[in-house]
Amino acid sequence: MQLYLPIADIPVNVFLILAMGAAVGFVSGMFGIGGGFLMTPLLIFVGIAPAVAVASVASHIAASSFSGAISYWRRRAIDPLLAAVLLVGGTLGTTFGVWTFTFLRSLGQLDLMIALSYVILLTTVGGLMFWEGLRAMLRSRGGGAVTLRKPGSHGWIHGLPLKLRFKRSKIYLSVIPVVVIGLIIGFIGAVMGIGGGFILVPLMIYVLRVPTSTVIGTSMVLTLVTMVFATMLHAVTNHLVDAVLALILMIGGVTGAQFGARAGQKIRGEHLRLLLGLLVLAVGIRFAVELVIRPQDLFSIRETGGAPP
Amino acid sequence: MRLRALLAIVGLAAAGLAAAPARAERLIVSVSNHRVTVTPNYSGGELVLFGSVEKDDKTPPNRGNYDLVVTVSGPRADMVTRRKERKFGIWINTDSRQFLQVPGYLALFSNRPFDQIASPEVQRRQQLGLNNVLLMQRVGPDFADVVPNDPFRSAFVRLRSEHGLYREATSAVTFLTPTLFRTGIPLPAEVPIGTYNVEIKLFSEGALVTKTETAFEIVKVGFEQFVATTARQNGLVYGLVTAFMALMTGWMASIVFRKD
Repeated sequence: MQLYLPIADIPVNVFLILAMGAAVGFVSGMFGIGGGFLMTPLLIFVGIAPAVAVASVASHIAASSFSGAISYWRRRAIDPLLAAVLLVGGTLGTTFGVWTFTFLRSLGQLDLMIALSYVILLTTVGGLMFWEGLRAMLRSRGGGAVTLRKPGSHGWIHGLPLKLRFKRSKIYLSVIPVVVIGLIIGFIGAVMGIGGGFILVPLMIYVLRVPTSTVIGTSMVLTLVTMVFATMLHAVTNHLVDAVLALILMIGGVTGAQFGARAGQKIRGEHLRLLLGLLVLAVGIRFAVELVIRPQDLFSIRETGGAPP
Repeated sequence: MRLRALLAIVGLAAAGLAAAPARAERLIVSVSNHRVTVTPNYSGGELVLFGSVEKDDKTPPNRGNYDLVVTVSGPRADMVTRRKERKFGIWINTDSRQFLQVPGYLALFSNRPFDQIASPEVQRRQQLGLNNVLLMQRVGPDFADVVPNDPFRSAFVRLRSEHGLYREATSAVTFLTPTLFRTGIPLPAEVPIGTYNVEIKLFSEGALVTKTETAFEIVKVGFEQFVATTARQNGLVYGLVTAFMALMTGWMASIVFRKD
């Protein structure tokens, strides 16, 4: 069934978009991530302009992270204070990200920047995850206990001033690194159309030493608020959010996520990290290949000014 | 504004040239539909243009070999053509050229090849064929069209043609009788929304005899129209509604799939 998307201005097959939403939802439910880093490239691949894809995926991630956040809230797995401090940075980062997005779009280099940041971010994060997962798997196979960190070790992060006690996470931590992490996630989220969960969760675990009981729920709250905020900003400044596209994605996404979450519980943690690492790495490499090989067409056309009244 | 004035001058000049030959024939034309609506499942369509050549007593009696060129041009917009080049090992957009107020849709139809209808000089002046249509570019501080084989111009025409938005068909106009003609105007799915001008030029023995114009419009209706205008004019409300919709969908999902 063909449907005409009002903002993207192209007809698409509803079932294709729905299936894409469900597939990405499945993956996101399985790994506990937003899945924006898969959704945005897929939309670009079916012919939707990168700018529209980035802006519309923001609202799609808002929907999936909200349903996730509700269930984590019921299980009291969200640290409200930690989420609030992260959000201070996240909001600033998102504003700056949308502004950068608008600026790059006017320069005509937005597509390149989106592709480049995907390559750098995904290959780095994917490579690290893959390596870490592989090591953890080898260690557990060797019989040794899997220790991700030593409980007593405190890095320089913990020597910073402005310390605050986060009761539910049971940590005592400076607000500076928390705000900075929020800022980074908000910025890349707005520019790249990703929720950033797959970067935020490792950062919170390894840098902030947030216990695993609250890490995913709290990161979902940050994702939720930054993506709602990004949707608003993209709608107001660039008029690029396609609500029809977003709604189809959401319906597919939230359904797929439920099945993904069930599948995820059957797989062991290290295997899950290894798989996620591979997936992230693969998407990154795909973008890299596209930049390096000679494009089929060296020329491209983009409309700059709307039709005169 | 400068550009608008420039286009107006070009238009006036063209009108002045057209008025020169004695008007002995009259063209009567009509399109099958003056208002094409783009609905949610729009996947392209075709309009039909009908017309006839009316002769009067001033018409030379031996005149009969008419040639007809139909130019359909859609809503105008500024567009940028960019060229990728290899820099630091990756392909990035480097050079670009701006096309000013060029038609989003452009189709030229005739009953036989343009070079058989008129001399190169007339073809150029009457803008017959995609190679001769005026596509204004910003060249430094000036506005000008360039030679047809300019890489940016030809890439622009080629890319638009690949999407079916620019086309040229030199056998699309058929004469049903020596004076009655018809042609189809194909409209692809991604056709831009707006007003389309149709210019019909009648030639005989290599010279323009007369011309006429008609128009049709392509409009989005119903929900599409509503969504598109709201997004553009009330960005804040649109954003709020979209964000609210996202939250509702997420909330519904958590209710529907609640495990306990």
